[in-house]
Amino acid sequence: MSITENQLHADPSIEAHELHPQRSAVIETEQQRDHAKTIYEKSKPGRRAFVAPELDVPKHELPAKFRRAEAPKLPEIAEPEIVRHYNRLSKRNFDLDSGFYPLGSCTMKHNPKLHERVAALPGHARLHPLTNPKRAQGALELMHSLQVALGEIAGLPHVSLQPSAGSHGELAGVLVTRAYHEDRGDFRTKILTPDTAHGTNPATVTMGGYEVVKVGTNADGGVDIEDLRAKADDQVACLMLTNPNTLGVFDANIEEIAKIVHGVGATLYYDGANLNAVMGKTRPGDMGFDIVHYNLHKTFTQPHGGGGPGAGPIAVSDRIEPYITKPQVVKLEDGTFDLDFDRPKSIGRLRGFQGNFGVFVRSYAYILSLGGDGLQEASELAVLNANYLLAKLRELGVTDLLPPAYDRLCMHEFVLSGAPMKRELGLKTLDLAKRLLDHNFHPPTVYFPLLVEEALLIEPTETETKETLDAFAEAMAEILREGAEDPEIARNAPYGTPVRRLDEAGAAKRPVIRQPL
Amino acid sequence: MSRYTSATETDRQEMLAAIGVESIDDLFADVPEGVRLGRPLDIAPGKPEQEVFARLRDLAAKNVSAEDEISFLGAGMYDHYVPALIDSILSRSEFLTPYTPYQPEISQGGLQVMFEYQTAISELTGLPVSNASVYEGPSAVAAAGWLAHTHTKKTKFLVSESLHPHSLETLATTSAGWGTTIEMLPVVNGLTQLDEVVGDDVAAIFVGQPNFHGAIEDIAALSQFKGSALLVVQADPLTLGVLRSPGEDGVDICVGEGQTLGNRLDFGGPSFGFFAASQALLRRMPGRIAGETTDVDGRRGFVLTLQTREQHIRREKATSNICTAQALNALAGVIYLSWLGREGLVELGELLVSRTHYARETLAAIDGVELWHDQPVVREFALKLSKNAHEVVEFCSARGVNPGFAFDDNGLLVAITEQRSKADIDRLAEVLKEALA
Ligand SMILES: Cc1ncc(COP(=O)(O)O)c(C=O)c1O
Repeated sequence: MSITENQLHADPSIEAHELHPQRSAVIETEQQRDHAKTIYEKSKPGRRAFVAPELDVPKHELPAKFRRAEAPKLPEIAEPEIVRHYNRLSKRNFDLDSGFYPLGSCTMKHNPKLHERVAALPGHARLHPLTNPKRAQGALELMHSLQVALGEIAGLPHVSLQPSAGSHGELAGVLVTRAYHEDRGDFRTKILTPDTAHGTNPATVTMGGYEVVKVGTNADGGVDIEDLRAKADDQVACLMLTNPNTLGVFDANIEEIAKIVHGVGATLYYDGANLNAVMGKTRPGDMGFDIVHYNLHKTFTQPHGGGGPGAGPIAVSDRIEPYITKPQVVKLEDGTFDLDFDRPKSIGRLRGFQGNFGVFVRSYAYILSLGGDGLQEASELAVLNANYLLAKLRELGVTDLLPPAYDRLCMHEFVLSGAPMKRELGLKTLDLAKRLLDHNFHPPTVYFPLLVEEALLIEPTETETKETLDAFAEAMAEILREGAEDPEIARNAPYGTPVRRLDEAGAAKRPVIRQPL
Repeated sequence: MSRYTSATETDRQEMLAAIGVESIDDLFADVPEGVRLGRPLDIAPGKPEQEVFARLRDLAAKNVSAEDEISFLGAGMYDHYVPALIDSILSRSEFLTPYTPYQPEISQGGLQVMFEYQTAISELTGLPVSNASVYEGPSAVAAAGWLAHTHTKKTKFLVSESLHPHSLETLATTSAGWGTTIEMLPVVNGLTQLDEVVGDDVAAIFVGQPNFHGAIEDIAALSQFKGSALLVVQADPLTLGVLRSPGEDGVDICVGEGQTLGNRLDFGGPSFGFFAASQALLRRMPGRIAGETTDVDGRRGFVLTLQTREQHIRREKATSNICTAQALNALAGVIYLSWLGREGLVELGELLVSRTHYARETLAAIDGVELWHDQPVVREFALKLSKNAHEVVEFCSARGVNPGFAFDDNGLLVAITEQRSKADIDRLAEVLKEALA
């Protein structure tokens, strides 16, 4: 490296991305970068895209006291400029269709293009949710078929499709647990979550009206059985667990864990964010779980949309079945389908209508395409890819500075610790992540799980090629080599992206969360 | 059937060799014998793409959608026209396939969209603070309940009998463990009744605008009696070009279903929920919020902000458990609002008011039809029929006109969109007349 950051700042004619020319994830020219105008700033009174249909009835006005005096200041802009605005914005995003996205715990697998086509069929897209079930048989059959398939995958027969995302499924799980216990006159106050749990688990517990009790992790990355035994008492309503957990470790003591939890009358909840590791290999129901949620936007290919939509159906065992949400899609004896509202012990509904049906269409298409054998193979290849990537990182010496948190085979993802890198090179996990952006890779999940210092959680998924995994490993190695020579480069990365490191502290201190108009 | 994967037999052998194991099964060694499935999943083998397409096309064809009949169904979701530019923009991989923007340097598109969306929601509702979306309408109402309960530390919810029933049910389900109670506010001739200041044990008052029966509530009047409780209004955002903004009438939290803004019906979802509030509640908000900032070179940029509210940082002390929300649907919402534009939103609202009024007058003139209430309406109204409403819906539907939602044995809720012309309304009147004859 011949030019330093200081020189860069001293000489404004040098452009950052020319200094450290990399295959940057999202490249913009200097001129484009200076045009982060919002659509409101492109607005001009009198411009428009919308042409209202003709007023074919007598004009009627609302009483003055309800009428709005001043119209909301929405943009005034014609169609060509709306399209350009959002197309240009889209180019400031990195996306899964453009490159590797090993974001641990998020299962960024390919989103098949067929799914968008079938979800958009007018019979799906323009079907009103309050259509009489007799005239929505196709939709109900689809939902029922999806319920059956998801139930088989989880080994739990009763599926409620209603929850809208993983954390909503968690809430459903906590609420059915409460209903199950209270129906027995059994009132409990606590829910156990491991210290490796995703943040949504403890947050959900609080929203469900329980106290969170943390359970420790043992030396192998599994639940600390002694700690669990000590904390499991008759005030515990549930243990929320993911298996494999967020360390990518399959907890081999799962049968023992289930026994302890059931022994005190609690339910065992499976956070299905990591289901992509085990389809066709083992099933939460067979492991002893009572309730599981699926993230259809992870395992079952619903595109993430930059932060949703998703869907978080739950599946439950027989004893929990009376309590799941209503309405429930059922198949009647004559082979037709219906919505069952007559569920006296149900917790009720957790949202409007029947759930994120458009997501169900995509996930059902995926299950049809892969079949039982294909789903199993997807999990096998997800695990193969993760282990191969870990082996490759070892081979390239990356794990010398970024050792695996648990040095063993992993499932579909694994955790590295950046602690030695920080010590030896003075580079934080964050710096490494930012430098990866200059290599056209989305970084792994960083600083999660909390248990591991300077954590990087890496999940390649089954839809990536060996060549991509090799290239990613090489990039990691190159960043470490470069860091050993001049850590400043990574510390100031990224360079070629539409913006560089942003002042997040300033944003939180003086929040500007809307355009002043 | 292997699909969407690339590992050849040679790849697999090389990868296993690099790992140092013999077979893929060796990688699953940690799974105890006792919990292995040990048989293939009982799910039919995979199918080629054209067969999957055919199966889904056949299923879709079994549904009677708004494509196939003249539909006046509403009650929370409405058959508005979704302009083509929304399909075009939403199908871009750069919007469709990224995760939540955890790396702002390569997510400026999505983050700026959130910022623009928050601005639009803030403008519509007249409230200064909006998040970047929640799941959908009724769960947004429940989220407002949680905010109100944790903010005020009070335990009573007052819910209008004219709040959407799904919202009431969702609030009841979600609040099962909060130690809160729900009391109903009566409705007389379409309007929520409240004539004295509520007790100081009340966390929040919930009202719909327009309410479930289509009536425009006098929010300013209700807000005089809110006392120390938070006033939560569930609004239809598409009506807010013609209706007074909740913010100017003293509403603390305005939430609602965003489907009417550029989202398809999709048999109920995905759409998005919006969540707007007063400045005092900023740090209590659920979900993601995008904020403006600058990068190290002084360039304008956007980030997820106020994250110390959120589950990934605050865990059990978070303001909400929401993680994945409805970003793509919110994008559809902001594109739609830009497409309508400032004048278009008002024009569309005025068109709905006129057509809805025409429809109400036309239908009310039929023998056997009475108004459920005679309050002003914007886009939907409730009728009392002399015959069973479910049977009337069946009768009309068989004739190609879906007259609306039978919300009661004699109650019919009729919704109007810009896709229902005068001719459609006249056709509805004909069929309804026959049904009630
Ligand atoms: C382990 C785990 N649990 C739960 C969730 C929450 O899922 P969602 O974002 O769908 O609410 C996630 C998603 O990030 C996760 O990774």
